[in-house]
Amino acid sequence: MGVDIRVENLNAWYGHVHTLQDINLHIPSNHATALIGPSGCGKSTFVRCLNRMHETNPVARAEGTVLMGGLDIYKDASPVEIRRRVGMVFQRPNPFPTMSIYDNVASGLKLNGFRNKRMLDEVVERSLKQAALWDEVKDDLKRKSGASISGGQQQRLCIARALAVDPEVLLMDEPASALDPVSTAKIEDLIFQLKSQYTIVIVTHNMQQAARVAANTGFFLNGKLVEFDATTKIFTNPSDKRTEDYITGRFG
Amino acid sequence: MNHFVTVLAVVSTVLVLVPLVAILGYLIYKGASSLNLAFFTHVPAPVGEAGGGMANAIVGSGVILGLASLIGVPVGIAAGVYLAEYGHGTHLGNLVRFTADVLNGVPAIVMGISVYALIVAMQHHFSGFAGGVALAIMMVPTITRTTEEMLATVPHAIREAALGLGIPKWRTVMSISLRTASPGIITGCMLAFARVAGETAPLLFTAFGNQFWSFNLNEPIAALPLQIYVYAVSPYDEWHRLAWAGALVLIVMIMTAVTLVRIFANRGALKGGH
Repeated sequence: MGVDIRVENLNAWYGHVHTLQDINLHIPSNHATALIGPSGCGKSTFVRCLNRMHETNPVARAEGTVLMGGLDIYKDASPVEIRRRVGMVFQRPNPFPTMSIYDNVASGLKLNGFRNKRMLDEVVERSLKQAALWDEVKDDLKRKSGASISGGQQQRLCIARALAVDPEVLLMDEPASALDPVSTAKIEDLIFQLKSQYTIVIVTHNMQQAARVAANTGFFLNGKLVEFDATTKIFTNPSDKRTEDYITGRFG
Repeated sequence: MNHFVTVLAVVSTVLVLVPLVAILGYLIYKGASSLNLAFFTHVPAPVGEAGGGMANAIVGSGVILGLASLIGVPVGIAAGVYLAEYGHGTHLGNLVRFTADVLNGVPAIVMGISVYALIVAMQHHFSGFAGGVALAIMMVPTITRTTEEMLATVPHAIREAALGLGIPKWRTVMSISLRTASPGIITGCMLAFARVAGETAPLLFTAFGNQFWSFNLNEPIAALPLQIYVYAVSPYDEWHRLAWAGALVLIVMIMTAVTLVRIFANRGALKGGH
């Protein structure tokens, strides 16, 4: 089951650039939450702070409090522990090219020392079914490389891989922006299915996508969270003039 | 213009292939007739006696190259991993990279003398071990730089995928980065191996050579390049013929080793990638 995320006074830097400034918000559990905003507004940096991927860049740092189901991820846990509980799906599908489809899904468990074959079989099947990919690949699980399937399938494979370690939160950084419309629709269907079991945070450029899948939407601009509210409110009656300008296409 | 470039590429390819085919052909022409069972089963015959073989040199080369690979491959790969994954932009990293490049340019004979001073002079006797160390040091820079360059071609997105799954960095390096880069790294190891397999100079003052059977790494040990050298500079026609045969066997051994590793490395690799 998903957990809620409470962010308090989060600041992030790349070198001397202050990319996130005093972010405060509460992301409810078991819902999809969309983050929108123009390129470079800090929304990707923000999700990368939620699983401490931000700090893998040597010049990057973050300060503030992120409480995940009450656990302070910057104080009470190591980055590796956090990333096992927070799955991430990236903009471009990034399956491991030297691994089979099966090994891609099992990688998170296998590379952390999990060896029980029967359990792995079950987890791989369950994850691929959750990612709506099972029927398309079940005959080629160990025969085909994770990089040999189509781009849309690869992205669903990456979702299955993230789900296999049984995370509480699923971060998606523009998961459909490199995909065709049909594949995009499949990913959106998936998010719709998965949000009852996981807390999903999805960064998107596509405002229709945010409107379709997310209960709440946050609007980022120049490193600040301008507005965070129910998606219907953001898109029909935003409180901030800048939000209105952005969603009506006046800039960005 | 298209046509011109195509022709240029084809001509260059032929120019590259000609020496290889010519050398191999000439070796077969000169050496094959002296190859017989005795060549592979007998030790060299005393001066004046006919017959004899290079069995001890073939085995000796195998032992020395095995030792050299055992030392050189892990050290080379580990240093390459350090350069690519940990030492990027650090002073130590730059120092290691510079040292590897300089080491790559050190003449083989200098490597022989250095190891002579470091090991042979200390132990007061020649040894197969010293020969293996000399060849290992010569393998390291090639393997290190190839490993570094191959790791640099592994897409950042793949590392992020692994880190994002909660896989620790060391595990990501070992199981994801190295595995993805492995075809190129194996090529680098094979290049380094093939290069040192034919080296004579570093062995002159270290392994020294031996006319008799010797498997003891603590004693002088025979090696094909050394034996070829001794026979080739001798005044006897019979020995010249054996030298040609030895050269042929050496080349075939190197080609076989490289091919076997390729087949072995490709087994289990998944087809249908990019």
